[in-house]
Amino acid sequence: MNPLPLVAVAGSPNAGKSALFNALTGARQKVGNYPGVTVERHSGRLTLEDGRPVEMVDLPGAYSLEPASPDEAVTRDVLLGRQKGERQPDVLIIVVDASNLDNHLRFALQLIELGLPTIIALNMIDLAKRDGLELDPAALERELGVPVIATVAVRRRGISELQAALDDMLTSPRCGVHEHVKSDIVRLQRRAREIATAGVISETPVRRWTHRLDSVLLHPVFGPIILAALMFVMFQAVFAWSAVPMERIGDGVAWLSSAVTGALPPGLFRSLIVDGAIAGVGAVITFLPQILILFLFILLLEGTGYMVRAAFLMDRLMHGVGLSGRAFIPLLSSFACAVPGIMATRTIDDPKDRLTTILVAPLMTCSARIPVYTLIIAAFIPNTRLAWGIGLQGLVMFGLYVCGIGGALLAAFALRRGVLKGGGGGFMMELPKYQWPLLKDVLIGLLTRVEIFLKRAGTIILGTTIVLWALASVPQAGPGQKQSEVSIAGHIADGIETVVKPIGFNHEIALALLPAMAAREVAVSAIATVYSIDSADQAGGGKIEDRLKHSWPLPTALAFLAWFVFAPQCISTIAVTRRETNGWKWPLFMVGYLFLLAYLAAALTYWTAVALGL
Amino acid sequence: MNAPFQPDTTSLDLLKVGTKARVAAIDWAALDESEACRLRHFGFDEGVTVEPLHLGPFGRDPMAIRVGRMTVAIRRRHAGAIRVTPLAQITR
Repeated sequence: MNPLPLVAVAGSPNAGKSALFNALTGARQKVGNYPGVTVERHSGRLTLEDGRPVEMVDLPGAYSLEPASPDEAVTRDVLLGRQKGERQPDVLIIVVDASNLDNHLRFALQLIELGLPTIIALNMIDLAKRDGLELDPAALERELGVPVIATVAVRRRGISELQAALDDMLTSPRCGVHEHVKSDIVRLQRRAREIATAGVISETPVRRWTHRLDSVLLHPVFGPIILAALMFVMFQAVFAWSAVPMERIGDGVAWLSSAVTGALPPGLFRSLIVDGAIAGVGAVITFLPQILILFLFILLLEGTGYMVRAAFLMDRLMHGVGLSGRAFIPLLSSFACAVPGIMATRTIDDPKDRLTTILVAPLMTCSARIPVYTLIIAAFIPNTRLAWGIGLQGLVMFGLYVCGIGGALLAAFALRRGVLKGGGGGFMMELPKYQWPLLKDVLIGLLTRVEIFLKRAGTIILGTTIVLWALASVPQAGPGQKQSEVSIAGHIADGIETVVKPIGFNHEIALALLPAMAAREVAVSAIATVYSIDSADQAGGGKIEDRLKHSWPLPTALAFLAWFVFAPQCISTIAVTRRETNGWKWPLFMVGYLFLLAYLAAALTYWTAVALGL
Repeated sequence: MNAPFQPDTTSLDLLKVGTKARVAAIDWAALDESEACRLRHFGFDEGVTVEPLHLGPFGRDPMAIRVGRMTVAIRRRHAGAIRVTPLAQITR
């Protein structure tokens, strides 16, 4: 069977390409990866009027066929039929922003020269009108020699005309494709300006909305204040709005595991289902509300055009440690979870900037560390009030966050002067017009991102939990033996203990470090399990905080906190780093340097605390 | 033979916000290949009108510059490679 005809949607960044793609294909989209590169492939299906299906692919935005980023290289290779895992498109739809023709027509001209059957979508024609620009699509069609269709993708205007033109293109015979000759950008740019001028009927200068908004949002004083306020709201939302659903999900998981425990006979199989599968999947979906809210904010910030402004405001500060403004949002997202944070680094063009951002992202205190911090602080830090509204416990929590941020900045500084020296494409970004994102586009974005998160983090966490469960359950303890010592995990913990003993860690901590690899918050339940197993003979049991208080000296507790600020104990972060850097070199480097940092920090904390007689 | 009239040029990073100017020359050699490529893609070219619109809050870096119909953000260092002639000088 012949494959479906392939229609590629291409265009410069900020031309409204994805909105047009969504308008053509609807919500049934697939997101994959081009083989060998970390560039997403968005595809969908369109049914023509006569019922024929067509495959559509949304190519990454590009300014020209001379790539300046991996995304642009994929766009070029697909169009030239050189991309692995993609056939050459049969028809090309070029999306141009009607109010930025001078620039966008340059890329369009370059694409038209390729000789593929081409249609131009003159998009966002309503916004051009709002800016006082009256355009003549017929004149543009004459100058360019290909069909030009005025569209407003977000209002579905011009979509049926576009489909009709597509139908014509697909039925007419196809001519050969020219091999791409390196085009002279300056010549193309001048020709683009001529055509853009020819296509303008009238232009009335108006003060643009975007400019007025930018005067406030990029104001040297109000700009940073508004950014800080927005970030505060975002964090408030991520942590406050998610509290109730997370609790419900937690309750649901607990209910399910107790129901299964009741229904199955005791034994290895029940243990696998309850402690392996349900616990593993539960750990992932408990964080789903936070991830959803975080993604929603990121999509809204991206969709409105504010994201680039945030990068603009922060660039100078980030530049100080060798990063660019674009690293700001990925690092901020990492406060919720490093996995979406690392996924968000794809917007950073420069490979070294991007790699540095990925490597320091795990140092941002992610929400999975909060349960660990809360437990240890509640057990060891007295709840004294230092001043009005400031308690010692809160201050320690704040201090741990500051340590993480400080560590990240230092690490970035060191990386940019060491292994990741040089490069640095600086900071060059287009500031697009502000616009309201369409609810449908936001929802499609949210769904695809959540799907990717669940697939990547979910499968890895589930797999790891089952492996760790097996290590902790095999071989089974005989009568009078402790499961935590007989099992393979117990023996591994013996090995770990000899390494971590000098920094004040005991056998129980060594045992908890192992399952904490699956997800950091699992350390809490692991410690709880170890202590409940080992104190099974003692009556009552009591709260885990109280038990810890009696069995750990204070320096050990402080060293444990310091360890968790830096340690990369999260398989999903390591796995997503492998995926995003295309190999094992950088994830291994990350694990190595973070463990080293964690060990040094814990050692320093322990020895200082012991010396001070705490 | 009289020398042709040469209006005073300055570099783009020294231009005040709201001052329109025409690009006189770009020192491509001062830029990386990828930086130069990006600037060309943004439409920086001799004869194009540019105008600084906003400056970053810290150290007045980066700069938001209107070029053609686009607004782009570039760092001060890159703006320094672009020589411009203020429009007021040309019309004088």
